[in-house]
Amino acid sequence: MKGVRLVVLAVGLVCLWQVVVTLTGAPHYILPDPVRVFQALLSHFPVLLQHLQITGAEIMLGFLLGVFLGTGTALTMFLSPLLKRWVLPLLVISQAIPVFALAPILVLWFGYGMASKVAMAVLIIYFPVTASFYYGMQRTDPDLFELARVMEARPLAIMRYIVIPSALPAFASGIRVATAVAPIGAVVGEWVGSSEGLGFYMLHANARMQIDVMFAALTVLSIMALFFYFSIDYLLDKLIFWESKQGIM
Amino acid sequence: MSLENGKAPSIIFKDVSLSLGGEKVFERLSMTIEGGKCTCLLGPSGCGKSTLLRLLSGAPSFAYEGTINICSEGGEAEKKTAWMSQNDLLLPWFSLQDNIILGAKLRHQVSPAVMARASALIAAAGLSGYEQTLPAALSGGMRQRGALLRTLMEERQILLMDEPFSALDALTRMKLQNLSAELTRGATVVLVTHDPMEALRMGNTIMVLSGKPAQVQCRVALADDPPREANDPEVQKHFSILLNELLDESSQ
Repeated sequence: MKGVRLVVLAVGLVCLWQVVVTLTGAPHYILPDPVRVFQALLSHFPVLLQHLQITGAEIMLGFLLGVFLGTGTALTMFLSPLLKRWVLPLLVISQAIPVFALAPILVLWFGYGMASKVAMAVLIIYFPVTASFYYGMQRTDPDLFELARVMEARPLAIMRYIVIPSALPAFASGIRVATAVAPIGAVVGEWVGSSEGLGFYMLHANARMQIDVMFAALTVLSIMALFFYFSIDYLLDKLIFWESKQGIM
Repeated sequence: MSLENGKAPSIIFKDVSLSLGGEKVFERLSMTIEGGKCTCLLGPSGCGKSTLLRLLSGAPSFAYEGTINICSEGGEAEKKTAWMSQNDLLLPWFSLQDNIILGAKLRHQVSPAVMARASALIAAAGLSGYEQTLPAALSGGMRQRGALLRTLMEERQILLMDEPFSALDALTRMKLQNLSAELTRGATVVLVTHDPMEALRMGNTIMVLSGKPAQVQCRVALADDPPREANDPEVQKHFSILLNELLDESSQ
């Protein structure tokens, strides 16, 4: 049923796209039709695949690093109320700075290579991951702490068996948001300054008025982002087996 | 399955005063909870019954004045308690068996002996076959039985039970009261309830707690061992007395 729904949605969107092209009569250098984009996708497939590997690696690295740092920060804040008082305001302030505005600075600091894109993805997912995990731990039922205290539980065992599992459903929401926004970070980083990756290839095609190639790159990027999201979504549902399914499909 | 390793300790409150948030909960409260028996604390909501249990469980935020002595025939006894609340507090990510041995898991003390005791208790409570079931797939009564077994697994001589059966339907509650009375025999049980029938079925002694600050307004001692049937003459005799006492207190 899930697969059928996905196919129907995809076919429906392509049909809508074709209808818009036909009704508006937009020229192919403004809005190419799906067939033209598909042809561009086939003819540029090897090179698109090459750029996909770069963008994919940036997203994965940024995601893993962002989740690692976010988890570490949330645990630190939860375990040390003193540090929390210093870190939490910093975290909120950091969110007030638009991350996209930082992209040129990151490219300046980390160069045109992969590092600046990874940093961008890390910055964009750090807050949702940290906040969701921290507030998830905060929301642990106080009676469970009372039960653990009466049972003379060891502090690490309380974290392992009670606090972290309690926080997982909220944490999973943060991870899902991170999965959805990590590609944005990587691609924006590529737009600002790079020599490879799907974001770079889109700009490259745009400059040459190859709008169909640009759309083909966008299609590849979207398919990869969707695949990434659904894989993480599936893993989270398996990990949090005691909760009813949270995924969108 | 009852706790028979020596007589469980008595708990003696002497001039205990406690204030929470500027309000006096207890002032010079003195009472004795008899060792190895079930004492039911009955009273209207908010009179301090649950606070009294927290005090006994050694909640660190409760700075009280006076003394609470826990003593057996041989003198000072171990202060360790086990606690069971109205909410079963079963962890949804653990199977029933893992929930029952939670205390041992949290102390890193899981051993074959612990597992054997858990299996024996599970069988005694009629939960065999549900060991690996997650709490979400169990009925309310089964979950609360699981919580009772988790409490018993602690092998503490003092059991603090805070309205443990109040969220259950009448029939399940009655069955669980019988099981609980049987499995906790020999321990010092302090059972908080707002239901006079539950107190009369379960308690060796019933204390009605009310007023602000709370005091023991009325004390009823019952002769035979619990659980008692609802139509037991002794239950019938005291039911209306307790009900009137509670009604008087709530109308004041």
